[in-house]
Amino acid sequence: MCLAIPALVVQRFERDDALIDLGGVRKRVSLALVPDAAEGDYVIVHAGYAISKLEPEEAAKTLALFAAIDEAPA
Amino acid sequence: MKYVDEFRDGELARVLAGRLARAVEPGRRYNFMEFCGGHTHAISRYGVTDLLPKSVNMVHGPGCPVCVLPIGRIDNAIALALERGVTLCTYADTMRVPASGRTSLLKAKAAGADVRMVYSAADALRIARENPAQEVVFLAIGFETTTPPTAIVILEAERQGLENFFVFCNHVLTPAAISNILESPQVRDIGTVPLDGFVGPAHVSCVIGSAPYEYFAEEYAKPVVIAGFEPLDVMQAVLMLVRQVNEGRHEVENEFSRAVTRDGNARAKALVAEVFELRRSFEWRGLGEVPYSALRIKSRYGRFDAERRYDIVYRSVADNKACECGAILRGAKTPKDCKLFGTVCTPENPIGSCMVSSEGACAAWYSYGRFRDEEAAA
Ligand code: SF4
Repeated sequence: MCLAIPALVVQRFERDDALIDLGGVRKRVSLALVPDAAEGDYVIVHAGYAISKLEPEEAAKTLALFAAIDEAPA
Repeated sequence: MKYVDEFRDGELARVLAGRLARAVEPGRRYNFMEFCGGHTHAISRYGVTDLLPKSVNMVHGPGCPVCVLPIGRIDNAIALALERGVTLCTYADTMRVPASGRTSLLKAKAAGADVRMVYSAADALRIARENPAQEVVFLAIGFETTTPPTAIVILEAERQGLENFFVFCNHVLTPAAISNILESPQVRDIGTVPLDGFVGPAHVSCVIGSAPYEYFAEEYAKPVVIAGFEPLDVMQAVLMLVRQVNEGRHEVENEFSRAVTRDGNARAKALVAEVFELRRSFEWRGLGEVPYSALRIKSRYGRFDAERRYDIVYRSVADNKACECGAILRGAKTPKDCKLFGTVCTPENPIGSCMVSSEGACAAWYSYGRFRDEEAAA
C-alpha cells in the first residue's frame, strides 16, 4: 500500500480527477487532498489519492546533501 | 524516473556508506527502529543493511497496516460478506490475511461471498452508486494515509444521498503505536529491545507532518528522522540518527523535506477531524489493546457506520501459536526466529499477517532473500 513512487500529473479534469504517469503507467487518481497540484507537478499517490506535492527545491537540497564533498578525515 | 533513480544511485550509496562508516563511534552500538513497512521493504529490497556499519542494527516496527489488523476484525468482515450478504470492498492486501479457522476474505470469495478488491476508497463508493439495491461495505484499513480518502467517500456518500454505502472503520494512528512501543517493558525496563532512535514514516508524515513526533523526541529522549522510501533516503536518515546519538541530541529531523512539512496536509487533517473521532482503545495484532490508537466514525455520520448498521460485536482471537508476528511487530524478534518461516509459512500460504503484505517483515525477508544471505554468512 505504501510503496507508491512519485507520479507526474499529466492532465487535470473536473472534480479533482487527474491523469497521472507512474514511470510510463497511466492512471486516474484524485487530487482532492492536494487541490493546488498542477499539470507538470509531481505528487505522492496513496491508494488512489495524491497526498502530497513534491517540492523540487527541497529534493535538490537533499540530493546536494548526498553528493556533498566530505571534509578530509581528521 | 524523476525523484526515483537519483535516490537509488549506487555510486552515491557508496559515498553515504563511507560517510556512515566514519561517523559511527568505535565500541558503540546503534539500534534504530524503522517504524514503517515501506522502509522495511526498501531496506530488504536494496540490501541497505549490507551498506550499514556492523554496529548499526535496524529493528522492524509495526507500521504495516495489514500486519496490525487483528484477526477478530477480519472475522467480522468475513461474517458481513458471508452471513449478511453485503458486497464487501477492500484493498488488495487485505484479501489474503489469515483469519480464524484458516479462512480469509479470498477464501470467503471463493465460497461465494461478494468480496471485491478495490484500488481506492472511491471505487467502493462507485460500486455502491451503481448497485443501489445492494448494501456495500468498505472495509477501511490503514494508517493516517488512507484515512483522509475514507473521510472523503463518507462525505461524498452523504452529498449524493446514498443509503446503501457503509464503512467498517479500522483506521489506526501512528503516534499511539510509537508510544506503545516506547512504553513497553522490553524497551523501558528489560531492555531486550534497545532503541536509540526512529526512522520516521514517509507517507504518514506527508499527512500529519513532522510536529507530532516532537513529543516523543522530547519525552522519551529519542531522536526521530523522517525519511523517504528510497534507499538513499534511508541511509541518509541513519547517518542523521547516528550523528544525533553521538552528539547526545534527540530532535525531530526531516530528511524527506521534498514531501513532508512540519504541519502536514491541512486539508487532509481537516477532513479526518470532521468525520472521525478517537476510540478509547483498539486491539492491534502484535501490540494488543492500545489506548486511543484508532478512529471511529462520529455519530453525526453514524448512518454510514457499518458497526452500527450491523451491530458488529468484536471478539479477540489469538494468533497461530507458532507465529511470531506479535514479537516481530514489537521489534523483539526477527522473522528468522520463527520456526514456520519459509517452510510452512510463505507468501503463497501465509500463516501470519507479517507474511501477507510486501511491507510485512516476514514477506520482505522472504522475497528479497535476506534470510538466505544470513544463513550463508552464519
Ligand atoms: S513467518 Fe509466518 S508464522 Fe512466522 S512470524 Fe512470520 S508470518 Fe508469522
